[in-house]
Amino acid sequence: MKAIVNVFLKAGVLDSQGKAVHHALHSLKFDNVEDVRVGKQIILKLNETDKEKAMADVTKMCEELLANTVIEDYNIELV
Amino acid sequence: MKISILQFPGTNCEYDTQYAFKKLGAETEIIWHKSTTIPSDTNLLVVAGGFSYGDYLRSGAIAKFSPIMSAVKKYADKGGKVLGICNGFQVLTEVGLLPGALKRNEGLHFISKHHHLTVQNNDNTFLENLNVGDVVNLPIAHHDGNYYINEEGLAELRENGQILLTYTDTNGEPKNPNGSVASIAGVCNKEKNIFGLMPHPERAMESLLGSDDGIKMFQGFLAS
Repeated sequence: MKAIVNVFLKAGVLDSQGKAVHHALHSLKFDNVEDVRVGKQIILKLNETDKEKAMADVTKMCEELLANTVIEDYNIELV
Repeated sequence: MKISILQFPGTNCEYDTQYAFKKLGAETEIIWHKSTTIPSDTNLLVVAGGFSYGDYLRSGAIAKFSPIMSAVKKYADKGGKVLGICNGFQVLTEVGLLPGALKRNEGLHFISKHHHLTVQNNDNTFLENLNVGDVVNLPIAHHDGNYYINEEGLAELRENGQILLTYTDTNGEPKNPNGSVASIAGVCNKEKNIFGLMPHPERAMESLLGSDDGIKMFQGFLAS
């Protein structure tokens, strides 16, 4: 199965890249854009059939490496 | 006096650091990250600046799993003195040896210039030769130097005198180049044996090259 991990800066931590993109979109006249958050997506191909085990493993991966939980939040989707 | 300097794939300040400590009369050794031990006669371990593993994922994130890092943690836990400069500071926060994290600069640009800094606390080995309020001039060269810590963390840093240096102008007034919380440029741990800063004191050893303010800072380590 695949695990899709999204990592974003925590709410309350200033996202300078999101702010710059937001500004650029306004310059392009997309005035209806209210907020932009830029994050990263990490796609893992897992040799694993047990969803629970996969979720536990990927959570551990996020805590130990994929996200820095001082400044970042993450979510995991298994497909 | 023996200074051990860590080298990861991408480190590029190890020879400047070596030059700086040699100039002050210390013995130095460069330690490749695949090593699993730190020389037993080490008086100070420096995690030098540059990059580590291309800084993929986040600056310092992959270096955390280098073979040498468990020895670094052990050395630090026993009270050994550790200094992280620039990428070294990023590595020490990623490992959890120092509080906070370093984000992309607020203006999103890589900044490379001399910047003034003001000493906030000097009851530590690193800055004991300087006075609180002293202004020093050091080069900064980073893309991810925007120090972040939450409010509770910041209060703790203040309470324990863990803020080493802040970005200021020549008069000591706050001047923030990268968006760091409270203009913080460097911190230490509560026990005051682990130090980290984004500016480069090892590049400020010759007045001919713009500043020799790094000398007084490094001398603190040599006296102890």
